[in-house]
Amino acid sequence: MSSIQGRRTASVVRPATALAGRTTTRRRRLAPLVPYALLAPAVLVLAAILGFPLYRLVSLSFQQYGLKELFAGRGTWIGLRNYREIFGDPFFWTVVARTIVFAALCVGLTMGLGTLVALLLRNLGRTMRTLVTAGLVAAWAMPVLTAVSIWQWMFDFEFGVVNWLLTKLGFEGYAQHNWFDQPLQGFAVIILVVVWGALPFVAITLHAGLTQVPAELEEAARVDGAGAWQVFRHITFPVLKPIFLILATLSTIWDFKVFTQIWVMLNQRPSREYFLLGIWSYSESFGVTRYGKGAAIAVVMVLLLLALTFFYVRQMLKAVGP
Amino acid sequence: MTRKRLHRIGYNAAAVLVLLVTVFPIYWMVATGFKRGPDILSFEPRWLPIPGTLENYRSAVGKPHFLEDVRNSLVVVTATVLIALALAFLAALAAGRFHFRGRAALIVMLIVVQMVPLEALIIPIYLSLDRVGQTDKLVGIVVTYLTFVLPFSIWTLRGFIVNIPEELEEAAMVDGCTRAGAFRRILFPLVAPGLVATAVFSFILVWNDYLIAYVLLRSPEKQTLGIWLASFTTNHGTEWGGVMAGSTLFAIPAVVFFLLVQRRVVSGLTAGAVKG
Repeated sequence: MSSIQGRRTASVVRPATALAGRTTTRRRRLAPLVPYALLAPAVLVLAAILGFPLYRLVSLSFQQYGLKELFAGRGTWIGLRNYREIFGDPFFWTVVARTIVFAALCVGLTMGLGTLVALLLRNLGRTMRTLVTAGLVAAWAMPVLTAVSIWQWMFDFEFGVVNWLLTKLGFEGYAQHNWFDQPLQGFAVIILVVVWGALPFVAITLHAGLTQVPAELEEAARVDGAGAWQVFRHITFPVLKPIFLILATLSTIWDFKVFTQIWVMLNQRPSREYFLLGIWSYSESFGVTRYGKGAAIAVVMVLLLLALTFFYVRQMLKAVGP
Repeated sequence: MTRKRLHRIGYNAAAVLVLLVTVFPIYWMVATGFKRGPDILSFEPRWLPIPGTLENYRSAVGKPHFLEDVRNSLVVVTATVLIALALAFLAALAAGRFHFRGRAALIVMLIVVQMVPLEALIIPIYLSLDRVGQTDKLVGIVVTYLTFVLPFSIWTLRGFIVNIPEELEEAAMVDGCTRAGAFRRILFPLVAPGLVATAVFSFILVWNDYLIAYVLLRSPEKQTLGIWLASFTTNHGTEWGGVMAGSTLFAIPAVVFFLLVQRRVVSGLTAGAVKG
């Protein structure tokens, strides 16, 4: 759309500048270079700080790069050995599967609950809706680090309110219960923290999107005897779909690389049972100084993420294409 | 009629539940921050911080290097945001207002680049900075933040620029304004709120970072507030009052700035989605 506007501008501008006379011919010849000049600083900086590290990441993944190489400032080329090592390691496949399941659960819960809350917001009276929106915005505004410490405290094994509440509700054995002894339960808490932080954005955005759904259409469907699910499935959802897809993709990108929540929640020493791809890559590199292997894991992670979001990228390509 | 009322009750009950889940954790943080030690470590929760104390805040602020960390955070955030904004504005102008060869490729690159997780790039960035002696330096960390703040800023600003009707500038040019003049007199004032919003978003992104500061900054007097906060939780037998007071302090700037621009996040995204 903006490309059409761009062309229209060109046709309007030309006669105006032509009128201005000879002094502007030089300027007119240079005009096509203006966008490149505007872009140059940002592109140069990006090439240096993003392009170069990307290239380095890939080349590192083909190198032996440990403490010795760090001091020498130069790695040794070992071809595919890092990759062979991680692909041959059963732990790799466990971590990949764990990362995918973790991200899928986070995204699924965020999108599902987010949609429910968005629909709920629409059905509330004005006061209640304002209150709930304010609550969502408050949770949304919390920095990740703050959210992690809050939930750490709420799930504290001795004095946390969650164990107190569960005991009060009659569940046995939650007094002094340590949630992080068992990775399954630990991950449940971590997923809760992730979803708690991500849900407000999804719910509020979807609620804004819901205002574009024509009320008459939904009403007509209801008059024709459609149930609540059918109305949602055939009338509401198709309107929401573009927004829904963007949100789902963004959530996938964010939840696939969750790091801080796990790392800080487990006091910067997560056991191997808590490793996702990002944490594993970090701990191979900075924990045991095997930067080459860490880089190989990171490359795999990037490729997986690109594969998962391929559909979205293709949509965007179509939208901005020539 | 009764059915409708039943629905109403159901919706309101669900709303109260959502409200509790979103707000209670935040309340609990603030309340704990003001509680006295024995009231925090009590098996029966004390719901109100009465009688309160400021002791936790005193101990949080009294941690070694707190003031240096505040200063470091401010320096790093300000430098990153200003550099990113200046570079991004020019690039966004090109991407949003000019039609040139390679424009589509540029936009695709901007999208793809934002998908590369920094968690992956931190290894080569660390090694490169280490080579030139810029780890544990604020310059190094500003450069690293630019890797994600700059593409994000270009993308967001481009969105704001595209949403300003081009006809306004065309009218100015027909009336004899140069293109540069039209940008300065027409586009710039209109995009100024977008610049502010982008700056605030970038601020929040940088403020909330943990990983990069954790990897790059080693010496205590160089660290930023995120590391200060996380350092509370390392030792076992955490002092929860101090942690909650620190968390509250850490959250305040982010929350204040966030409230300023929150509406724009949603309207920007939905508008973009409809257009795309």
